[in-house]
Amino acid sequence: MIRLERIHLLSRADMLKPLRKFVRLLAKKQGCSEGNLDCLVMAVNEACMNVIQHAYNDNDEEIIVEFWKEKEDILIKIIDFAEAVDINSIKSRDLEDIRPGGLGVHIIHKVMDSVVYKNNSGGTGNVLEMRKKLNNPVASCMNEK
Amino acid sequence: MKYPVSQHFNYSVISLSGEIDLNESPNVRKQILEYINKNSSLLIDLSLVEYIDSSGVASLVEGLQMARSKKLNFALVGVSESALQVLQLARLDMVFTIYASLEDIESL
Repeated sequence: MIRLERIHLLSRADMLKPLRKFVRLLAKKQGCSEGNLDCLVMAVNEACMNVIQHAYNDNDEEIIVEFWKEKEDILIKIIDFAEAVDINSIKSRDLEDIRPGGLGVHIIHKVMDSVVYKNNSGGTGNVLEMRKKLNNPVASCMNEK
Repeated sequence: MKYPVSQHFNYSVISLSGEIDLNESPNVRKQILEYINKNSSLLIDLSLVEYIDSSGVASLVEGLQMARSKKLNFALVGVSESALQVLQLARLDMVFTIYASLEDIESL
């Protein structure tokens, strides 16, 4: 497995736009298909947004985003240093319940091939690992799972 | 950012544009709620929206619910491909009334 990039950013809403641009450029450079580019951008945005809002409660803290390549897959790790969350509490909400908010986890699961939450081995913080096949010609964000 | 507002029959039309993310969605929410509090039925034009995330979608859902509680109409118009993709992922494309263009909308 090869590490492509490791970036550090502040957990602020204004960091998301440049982050999305970075993800798009990096994935494109790795030969990611157009449909999958949107999926990756969406997943990273939603994941970092969850860290900003829920892990760090809108305080300026550090987020690390790592991009790895393994064969035809891209693996993205979102690392925070907030209090470790109960992994069992991270769930998609019932979409029949129409209300604002709570869609991020659902979107991440929908657009990525695999999603794994881990607590940081050091005891503090959380790691979200998301994997996607880079160039599946039939893949798109709209695939039913 | 304050988005342009026009009138179409009895509707106020808020024309969103650019990237509606966590940084921008509070402005969208504020403007939508401002018009609902004026008892105005709303059309949200999404034709120039390049990106919308779940926080932007949440602002639209809140607007829809507020409008319904006040018996006002609330609909989306000209939904861009990227915005439609997110609405479909959240299964909200069947929840909102969506018009292809303003020409499809007649007076209330």
